Amino acid sequence: MKKQVPVVITFIVGTVLILSVFFPPAERLGEDFSIFFDIIAVFAFFLGGGNLIRIHTSKIYNKRQDWGFSVVTICGFGLMLMAGLFKLWNPGGIAADVAATGSLFQLMYDWIFNPLGASMYALLAFYVASASYRAFRAKNIDATILLIAAFVILLGRTPLGMYATSWIPESFSIMQIPNLAIWIMVSPNLAGQRAIMIGIALGVVSMSLRLILGVERTYLGVDND
Amino acid sequence: MTNIGLILSIAAIIGGLLWLTIRSLSGREVERRIIFLFIGIAVSVPLLFDITFSEKATPIVKGVYDKVDNLPSGSVILISFDYGPSMAPEVEPMSNAFIRHSLAKDHKVIIMGLWATGQSLGASAVENVIKKEFPNKIDGVDYINIGYKAGNQGVLNVIITDFRKMYATDVNGVDLDSVQIFQGIRSLKDMDLMISVGGGFPGIKEWVLFAADPGNIPLAGASAAVSTPLLYPYYPMQLIGLLGGIKGAAEYESEMKKNYPQFADMPTPGIEMMGPQTLAHMVVMAFIVIGNLSFFFAKRRKE
Repeated sequence: MKKQVPVVITFIVGTVLILSVFFPPAERLGEDFSIFFDIIAVFAFFLGGGNLIRIHTSKIYNKRQDWGFSVVTICGFGLMLMAGLFKLWNPGGIAADVAATGSLFQLMYDWIFNPLGASMYALLAFYVASASYRAFRAKNIDATILLIAAFVILLGRTPLGMYATSWIPESFSIMQIPNLAIWIMVSPNLAGQRAIMIGIALGVVSMSLRLILGVERTYLGVDND
Repeated sequence: MTNIGLILSIAAIIGGLLWLTIRSLSGREVERRIIFLFIGIAVSVPLLFDITFSEKATPIVKGVYDKVDNLPSGSVILISFDYGPSMAPEVEPMSNAFIRHSLAKDHKVIIMGLWATGQSLGASAVENVIKKEFPNKIDGVDYINIGYKAGNQGVLNVIITDFRKMYATDVNGVDLDSVQIFQGIRSLKDMDLMISVGGGFPGIKEWVLFAADPGNIPLAGASAAVSTPLLYPYYPMQLIGLLGGIKGAAEYESEMKKNYPQFADMPTPGIEMMGPQTLAHMVVMAFIVIGNLSFFFAKRRKE
């Protein structure tokens, strides 16, 4: 029963959603199923929040390595949750937008979460520079082609590329670095990306059919024999 | 004084890189901390000395600009904030530019988000751009923020046929049926243009697959530079244009400044950030060259 019910649900939902695309009378049903999905998706937040608390409280309780960071995580999570749930300092009261200007939630978002998130992403520039020095080597022909393409793209994404090659006559404008960078993006890159996308799409179709027909049951957990 | 500072800084960077090249050729590895220092200087110098470059819009950016510009006044443009704070410095200049351009053309703007973090960023855009720069525009008449709903592409699957099944109210709890901007709007199919700003999941790709393509609705994208190559296959058939990274933002801003005298003094973070990006790219390229030189010299020494 534990295995059959989910398989039957998957079969019905999958079949209806496929039919809703090709068979107009089933369109409404497909739409309703999408709404059910959106309602279920909300519960993922409870699951995620619960999981975060469970993992970090266990780390603090057992005083595992770096448990201090878990204290900060739990405090940050709790504070942000309270500020959002009870709309603390919200000028419009409990019915107003959670992100209303002046609310504690939006203040913490603007002055803590926003700069921290941006700083984390900005660190990428430093690691990219370090990695490009250590790993980007012209060891063989393939790596050399990749290196040349990277140089053109790096230059093409800056105004210097335009200044450096603006002397090239219009009839050879493809040789101007910004145009060369665009060519790399819309020709070799595009061909590669399309091939990957078509491959993924075929994989998704075959995996979906396996799920709908009950051949693939790993999503039911390890005890699925 | 500024010029002297700038020349000294660039001379220090070039001198430092030459010194590192000589060290590398003699077989000594460049420490990670030194690379970090160079990138730090390369990013800070253009900001300190206010170095900017002129930009020219490429066809892929011009496609979005022309679409917004050529729509008749009163057209409805939906801007989806599909990003979080980590991506904001790179894509926020684009969403702000779209809002400015749309409102200057008297279009109606609907703000929403497929990312939970997008709702607060949308609220910030309303507060910092619309309320400050367009004080005569009225919430619910000229623009509206309907916020975030959970469900990723599932949300699009529903609002492509009926907005109200997913969004009963805007972020302030005002019934959508009672706001003027939503009169005559039933679904995404009533949009004259949709713009997804982001670069992750759910994002531009989901907008193409679940809204633009099935509904035959014009869609434009604005994404972080790292995700832009993945979106090129959708241009120009499914995407009318695409702004990639800070360069895309800078091109759009320069086009706005060129064509609208009222935007001569507008904030242009995209154009301003092209200085640090240019110098940082130069330093990265220099390190690639140094790394390869030391690699070949080491190989030759072994032989």
